[in-house]
Amino acid sequence: MQNHFPVWKNILVLLVFGIGIIYSLPNLFGDDPSVQLSSTIATAISQEQANQVEADIKAMAVPAKAFEYKEGKILARFNNTDDQLKVADLLREKMGSNYTVALNLAPTTPSWLRALGAQAMYLGLDLRGGVHFLLEVDMDAAVKQAEDRYIDDVRLALRNSKLHYQTVAKDSGFIKVTLKSTEDKSAVLTLLDKEFHSLEITEPDAQEQIWLKFSEKEAREIKKFAVAQNMTTLRNRVNELGVAEPVIQQQGENRIMVQLPGVQDTTRAKEILGTTATLEYRLVDVEHDVQQAVSGHVPVGSRLYYDRTGAPILLDRRVIVTGDQIVDAASGQDQDGRPSVNISLNGVGASKMAKTTQVSVGKPMAVVFIEYKVETKTVNGEKVRHKEKVEKVINVATIQGVFSKRFQTTGLDSPQEARNLSLLLRAGALAAPVDIVEERTVGPSLGQDNINQGMLSFVVGFALVVLFMAVYYKLFGMIANFALAFNVVIVVAILSMLQATLTLPGIAGIILTVGMSVDANVLIFERVKEEIKNGISPQAAIFLGYDKAFATILDSHFTNLVVAVVLFAFGTGSVKGFAVTLIIGILSSMFTAITGTRMVINWIYGSRARVDKLSI
Amino acid sequence: MKTTNINFIGNRNIALIFSGILMVISIGSLAVRGLQMGIDFTGGTLIEVGYQKAADLNVLRNTLDTQGFDDATVQNFGTTKDVLIRLKPHEGVSSADLSTKVLEAINKTTAEPASIRRVEYVGPQVGDDLAEDGFLALLYSTIAILVYIAWRFEWKFSTGAILATVHDVVVTLGLFSILGLEFDLTVLAAVLALIGYSLNDTIVVYDRIRENFRLLRNKTTEEVMNISVNVTLSRTIMTSLTVILVLVSLFFLGGEIIHNFSIVLLFGVFFGTYSSIFIASPMALMLGISAEDLMIPVKEGSVVDDRP
Repeated sequence: MQNHFPVWKNILVLLVFGIGIIYSLPNLFGDDPSVQLSSTIATAISQEQANQVEADIKAMAVPAKAFEYKEGKILARFNNTDDQLKVADLLREKMGSNYTVALNLAPTTPSWLRALGAQAMYLGLDLRGGVHFLLEVDMDAAVKQAEDRYIDDVRLALRNSKLHYQTVAKDSGFIKVTLKSTEDKSAVLTLLDKEFHSLEITEPDAQEQIWLKFSEKEAREIKKFAVAQNMTTLRNRVNELGVAEPVIQQQGENRIMVQLPGVQDTTRAKEILGTTATLEYRLVDVEHDVQQAVSGHVPVGSRLYYDRTGAPILLDRRVIVTGDQIVDAASGQDQDGRPSVNISLNGVGASKMAKTTQVSVGKPMAVVFIEYKVETKTVNGEKVRHKEKVEKVINVATIQGVFSKRFQTTGLDSPQEARNLSLLLRAGALAAPVDIVEERTVGPSLGQDNINQGMLSFVVGFALVVLFMAVYYKLFGMIANFALAFNVVIVVAILSMLQATLTLPGIAGIILTVGMSVDANVLIFERVKEEIKNGISPQAAIFLGYDKAFATILDSHFTNLVVAVVLFAFGTGSVKGFAVTLIIGILSSMFTAITGTRMVINWIYGSRARVDKLSI
Repeated sequence: MKTTNINFIGNRNIALIFSGILMVISIGSLAVRGLQMGIDFTGGTLIEVGYQKAADLNVLRNTLDTQGFDDATVQNFGTTKDVLIRLKPHEGVSSADLSTKVLEAINKTTAEPASIRRVEYVGPQVGDDLAEDGFLALLYSTIAILVYIAWRFEWKFSTGAILATVHDVVVTLGLFSILGLEFDLTVLAAVLALIGYSLNDTIVVYDRIRENFRLLRNKTTEEVMNISVNVTLSRTIMTSLTVILVLVSLFFLGGEIIHNFSIVLLFGVFFGTYSSIFIASPMALMLGISAEDLMIPVKEGSVVDDRP
């Protein structure tokens, strides 16, 4: 009995086939364009609110396919993207900043499949539309900021220990401490050594100087922290933007990849991701003359600012409250209908605000809007990064009474600006400026085109191969075709199980697999034919054909695999997707084309006592 | 298909001269014309917009010219309704704003606003990184294969396989250079897939040569190679045909973005098939391969005993 499989082998093949079908099935169901509504504040959306929203959407005269209310979130499904976008826009206007309205593609997988953990493949941005950003964290700025912090800390430590210094300043990569006299030097050295482990101390020739520098380890830590902090902030901001299923990943040492499926308004996305905006509250200096300050005589305790109209204004040098003391911010309108931001402070901020307002009732207080804009320009082929700090006074109001934790800021240009500002204040500041170094946007129409064209070329390519094999190898060809279909099912099932991202090159990879995976069968069948030509009996020819072709298949497929793995290791983005499908395709084709076809051939020929001729 | 008996090895000089000419032309074109590198590697901005009606490219060009984007190249992409705008890394304009500014500019002159189909911006640094990664991928895959085949077969085969593969890659890139097609990340992926395919083809032939060296002990090296190439010929052609079938489907139906990808593989499969028949074995022969290189006496008996 040469051509007979043991029972377990038959069961194994059928089992793999069955599992493959179940896990590839969800991909046939597709998605509904849908809108997801969730709350940005601590309390979840209640059933009553959900009913209200449902009624609101019905009132918009847009046909909705279904409403789902689950875990404090509302999901409304629609028939097409136009309806989805319309409702999302209307809801954003209606719901205000306490809710996030996100566009989503909700899978229509039946619940029994979901219960088995079967999910559809994740579609890449080139298929579903969306934006991909690669942000580069400005490491030099992160280090500079850390230096500034250390300078303040060193000054404070010296002052607290009553050690006199002339200057503490940055100079050519060092923090240089210049003392008033050399007498204190040993005391200062002991202090610095004790309190600043992360700084390396150098004593230059100049007696009254001590130079400080970050240790290698500290510099690395600072950079690591800057990236981690920025990722957290970006994640917050993206959540605030209302994107379902965003991807935020570190790439390399100093880059962060952000993928926002479904986002079309890239200008806003760029604004929100890249800017570092914050607020500062300062008292207005009413004692000195502004005109004199403009002509160059700025009083010691004050600083000169300009408001939106460009008019100069003198403010107190001391800040009452800064942006990092803001714990919550919500956009809204004041009594006169002007756009405003309602602000809540943390404990430290609240007590400082209370202290100031207690003694300053009746005095004016100003709100300074600070924005760091990083622009990368190419000048003479060189990349020049230009960081600009834009400070403007957006609002001056008289302190009407004592307040601390909660208050309102007005003076913003538009409701949009109020929304953006409240969003940025809520999400927190970036630890270091970021710069967009790569952007890839795919519109929804192109995404759909890519899917359609990909599917069409797959179906046609598959049909051509099937036809060709059936004509050339007859019954054996049909069996190979069965294995080919089996192979596609397994590839799709594994991609779905891994929740891998399907991209256009990925589809191309599957199509290529279709063409290449019959190779193993061609090898086997040609070998069988050869054996028959050599005068061997059909049964033995089948046996020998499989046996001899096996080593060849192993060698040739393995080289192919090696290349695919290298491609995976060095590929980025969609190219990785291509490599993944190739790797899975090569591996699974060995199983389907060798074991799968053998099983069917054994069924057909294995039990027959006499076989005169093979249909090959 | 009857087993053929073509004297591939005996007439190897014809193929070698033909390939030599192809290589010289390809390398010449690569040296003189170079490859038309896409923005993935050069950095820059690419914007694809769609219109309801056929777009007037001249109007778009003039608008961009007057708005300060005089280095923009404007061309149709696939259909007359789709337009592809390419910009080099721009002097004095913030990179992130560039696409926004271009869109504003073209929407000013055309009655119907363009719908964005695709925007790609790649910074110069990222472009360099992608190019470096791509080069490393080519290098490492070549080394990995060299080692693998040397281990499984023998160094002469390994070198022969690599030479045949390098031939395929160079000729394919040469054609790309001559036709002025754009070389981007997807095309690079296709080139790597081609390396895999071309090797796969070559290995099948080598495998047969190794087997026949052990079986046909009274034949010369040249005869053994010729028999091996001939018996595997139908397989080589069949597999190429099935792959070509799917690639043709991909080329005609897969859309513009995947076009160059399919072209690389179509060229590549064609040359890969050619080289595994005509080039790979003669290379190993010229490196002095002989039956002794592949003898593993222990295994000998069992293979022969299977024969009637």
